[in-house]
Amino acid sequence: MRPQLPTLDLVPLYPLLVVTGWAVLVLLADLFVQHKRALGYLALTGVIVAAVVTVALWPGVPTSFQNMAISDGQALFFNLVFLVTGALGLLVAIEYLERKDLQRGEYYALLMFSLAGMIAMAAAEDLLIVFLGLEMMSVALYVLSGSNQRDMSSIEAAMKYFILGSFASAFFLYGIALTYAAAGSTNLAQIGSWLSGRGIPKDPVALTGLSLLLVGFGFKVALVPFHWWTPDVYQGAPTSVTAFMSVGAKAAGFATLTRVLYSAFSPTFTTDWVTVAAVLAAVTMTFGNLAALVQRDVKRLLGYSSIAHAGYVLVGIAAASPVGVRGMLFYILAYAFMTAGAFAVACAVERREQSTTTLADYAGLAQRSPLLAAAMLLFMLSLIGIPPLIGFWSKLFVFRAAVEANLAWLAVLGVLNSALSAYYYAGVVVQMYLREPGRSPAEEVAFRPWRSALAVAVFLAAAATVVLGLWPGAVVNLLMGV
Amino acid sequence: MLHSIWLVIAAPLAGVLLNGLLGRHLGRAFVGLVGVGSVGVSFVVGALALIELGALPAAERSIGVGMWDWITIGSLQVGMTLRADALSLWMVLVVSGVSLLIHLYSVGYMGHEDERMFARFFAYLNLFVASMLLLVLADNYLLLYAGWELVGVCSYLLIGFWFHKGDEEQAPVVLVDGSQVAVPPNLNPPDSGKKAFIVTRFGDFGFALGVFLIWSTFGTLNFTDVFAAAPQVPTATITAITLLLFMGAIGKSAQLPLSVWLPDAMAGPTPVSALIHAATMVTAGVYMVARNHVLYDLAPTSSLVVAIVGAVTALYAATIALVQVDLKRVLAYSTISQLGYMFLAVGVGAYAAGMFHLTTHAFFKALLFLAAGSVMHALHDVIDIRRMGGLRRKMPVTWLTFLVGALALAGFPLTAGFFSKDEILLKAFEFSPWLWAVGLLTALVTALYTFRALIVAFWGQPRDWPLYEKAHESPPIMTAPLAILAILALLGGLLGLPIVFGVPNWLSEWLAPIFAAHAPAEKHMLSVTTEWLLLGISAAVALVGIALAYWLYAQRGDITARLTVTLRPIFVLLINKYYLDDIYNAVFARGGQRLAALLAQGLDKAAIDGIVDGGARLFVRGGAWLTQFEDGHIPHYALGMFVGALVLVAYLVLR
Repeated sequence: MRPQLPTLDLVPLYPLLVVTGWAVLVLLADLFVQHKRALGYLALTGVIVAAVVTVALWPGVPTSFQNMAISDGQALFFNLVFLVTGALGLLVAIEYLERKDLQRGEYYALLMFSLAGMIAMAAAEDLLIVFLGLEMMSVALYVLSGSNQRDMSSIEAAMKYFILGSFASAFFLYGIALTYAAAGSTNLAQIGSWLSGRGIPKDPVALTGLSLLLVGFGFKVALVPFHWWTPDVYQGAPTSVTAFMSVGAKAAGFATLTRVLYSAFSPTFTTDWVTVAAVLAAVTMTFGNLAALVQRDVKRLLGYSSIAHAGYVLVGIAAASPVGVRGMLFYILAYAFMTAGAFAVACAVERREQSTTTLADYAGLAQRSPLLAAAMLLFMLSLIGIPPLIGFWSKLFVFRAAVEANLAWLAVLGVLNSALSAYYYAGVVVQMYLREPGRSPAEEVAFRPWRSALAVAVFLAAAATVVLGLWPGAVVNLLMGV
Repeated sequence: MLHSIWLVIAAPLAGVLLNGLLGRHLGRAFVGLVGVGSVGVSFVVGALALIELGALPAAERSIGVGMWDWITIGSLQVGMTLRADALSLWMVLVVSGVSLLIHLYSVGYMGHEDERMFARFFAYLNLFVASMLLLVLADNYLLLYAGWELVGVCSYLLIGFWFHKGDEEQAPVVLVDGSQVAVPPNLNPPDSGKKAFIVTRFGDFGFALGVFLIWSTFGTLNFTDVFAAAPQVPTATITAITLLLFMGAIGKSAQLPLSVWLPDAMAGPTPVSALIHAATMVTAGVYMVARNHVLYDLAPTSSLVVAIVGAVTALYAATIALVQVDLKRVLAYSTISQLGYMFLAVGVGAYAAGMFHLTTHAFFKALLFLAAGSVMHALHDVIDIRRMGGLRRKMPVTWLTFLVGALALAGFPLTAGFFSKDEILLKAFEFSPWLWAVGLLTALVTALYTFRALIVAFWGQPRDWPLYEKAHESPPIMTAPLAILAILALLGGLLGLPIVFGVPNWLSEWLAPIFAAHAPAEKHMLSVTTEWLLLGISAAVALVGIALAYWLYAQRGDITARLTVTLRPIFVLLINKYYLDDIYNAVFARGGQRLAALLAQGLDKAAIDGIVDGGARLFVRGGAWLTQFEDGHIPHYALGMFVGALVLVAYLVLR
């Protein structure tokens, strides 16, 4: 009897393969290329190719690879979010690393490996693939966080992220083990059908597994009370890394969290995780916004703001409905542009010898670089949720989903939180527009919009914030097919 | 022009782009031309559209102009659609007309600014006007909300425009018995701007929830569809919606209890104050209620709340205005008070009367602010009326125009303010004599404080001679808008003469297709005699107030001084604005900051440090990064996560 070899259908994995292959290419090219900046553009090309492949796969292909990976609309949408974030992150880094004298080839390769991990997470149909992607993404991010070896805070951020991340991974692995114990499979669909068919109602093993998985995800997307690392790491890591990971890691975490909750733990445990998600969302957004109120450091402020936004995104998940998922997807896309854009501006404002920027560094930015300030103004207003910018729609969609899911209290709390958040976002605007420049012009790193990759990133993010706010229909139609 | 009504918004927006991006390089003259010209285009287009609309039969006077499909989700379809009807076009005319004059004036007033600031100022000013026009032309709640928020953002940038200024200490008031009463300092511009933004956002919180509730209830956000479906909706829901929307109006139109931001908004350049008070921003709340009159008609409770809040605010702000020492602040409180009248009007269902007062108020309040600005211009930014006096001899045009504005504000017979205020009082009387009484009392106080300010500033002898000597009349580019506004403030009443005069009330008839379609036809419960009587009482009250002010402040200053000593507790209460600011500061600002600090430093670091070890103090030291690391924060973080995980497991498994 001949051994039955499984047929390998790699189609759903094409984006992953492109990014991984290209990362290796960048590593190899590093040996020969003198101007490391060129590697950044090489990596950028890879990201664009992967984006083209992703679009070509639209609207998705069936599960394959022994039911371990899927490239459905949701996964592909997330791929686009990751790739957009990757592209912005690369554009920012090319400029930023040059100025900081950190230009090294492995930065770009690591960024691409991290991207590959994210893509694997979004495509995962199996808890083992989830874990694989999670670690692939995280390990690369740990190293990236510490990539400024001359800066103690960068090294410290990396250590903190690594140790706490390992801690969270342990929870996550244990969660996988318990889930396997309860359902006899690591495949998400099979877990779902087992638990709803033959599983024990209120099975403590499955519920403990779910809790521990939630801890792992909670860490990655920075939900309170698993958020502790976030402000420290966002502040300490090189700003170009923060710009990338504040969006990418969070998006990847939500991609998988959604899949795990919706296919493995539904419908048997839906009521259980809905309550938990709603409470976590409420606590997370409230905590994030309150804590952001007293921050003087912009990277730290944006760190707390990103915690708050994780809470808003979770509102969409807690709605446990297709409307909620679409709202969440839209939110993550909006968040990608707003937050990556804001961090990109932080990169531009940061001086060579600094590793972070305080609010005072933004004083009078409107006079020093009017365009940069205008872009930051757009990001801040969008993060508050002022129409007609993209951030308004994202909030509208998730809160709307919450109302439909009888979570009106959560929507009300969310709207109240948005009102509260205006306070600290407005604080940044006050500095830029209503303060005299504190620095002398000589100190200022001249920002020349017309010949800087960083400026391209800021411009793209700002344009998306406005254009997708005025014409959100394009994205909404895309999401209707998801 | 009706179908090109988007030009009204596009023109100032083009001005924003031109002045914002290139203004620095274009020179002052060009920037001014773009700024004034673009608003001029809006005004002309608006006027032509209004004429065109008037030519249509009354039933067809509502044109939707769709630009593009903004969003379609499921059954919800919201377009970038503007609605040109009698109400919105009237607002366009008022907003763009008054703004045009203010823009013109600003060319002179801001002439001392350097070119960069000058361009920036006009870019913001245009954006402000464009946002307001978007607000009034919106055909659905989302677009209305967009305009609503953008107006807030612009006000924030403009109020804080002179950001280099600090808090301004005010000299204490010295009473005749030698004792002093401290006057609260004027807040600095950036903080004032921020205050305006934050305070109004708490109103907007309610507004956003209201829009949400409309969406949930009606499944649509278009005005026409919502109004058509409204009668089938339970009254309780409509009441909730209207109250939530009114929360937004309370914030934006500075009514109690969110009135605190408007007086501080005086920190902005005077043309901005004029714009905020007369044309844009604060009238948005009144317009919004008028626009939603179908809903308010269906929710008598909400309407009653609107009327009561309006009446109480009117009296509250008028009393504060009595003791202010800052000319612009007198005017600021008078705006709050006059907006109270407008809400009283729309609350008792007299929407046309509310819009009438909104219009006349725009004329005379813009006039008063610009005239006050002219005084500031002459006195090098001194605005404390205690340092003025006798200015009428130095600045005849400013004096005369301010006098006209003051007469209109005080409701002097036959001025614009007299007719519009009288119509509101008449309607209030029909509704409830109590509300009328509050309104009448407010009218008396209004006449008193208006002429107090006028007499102290312009009458008598100069109190600060060096300052007086330097004073001069402003250039024609500033006095010309004053003159035009003065004519409007005098004759604006012709737009809506009382019915007992036997002539048609033009504005009321123009707006009739909007308001009469749903509200029952204006019923006349009052006899002609009663109407004449009420008219007479209003006139008498205004005259008495003015005479009283003359007697108290021009003739018998000694009585006033002794009266102040006798009534010292009331005086202190008023000068401290009923302590509303202090209460808010204590409760929200300080309390909120403490809570936030507790969460950020406390929970995040200190509290857990405290639990785990006493070495937490280390991290507070400068450059805390490394210390944090050595002091073992990671275990603390890990502990936090562990506790979280335990709670999660316990909850899910044990529940």
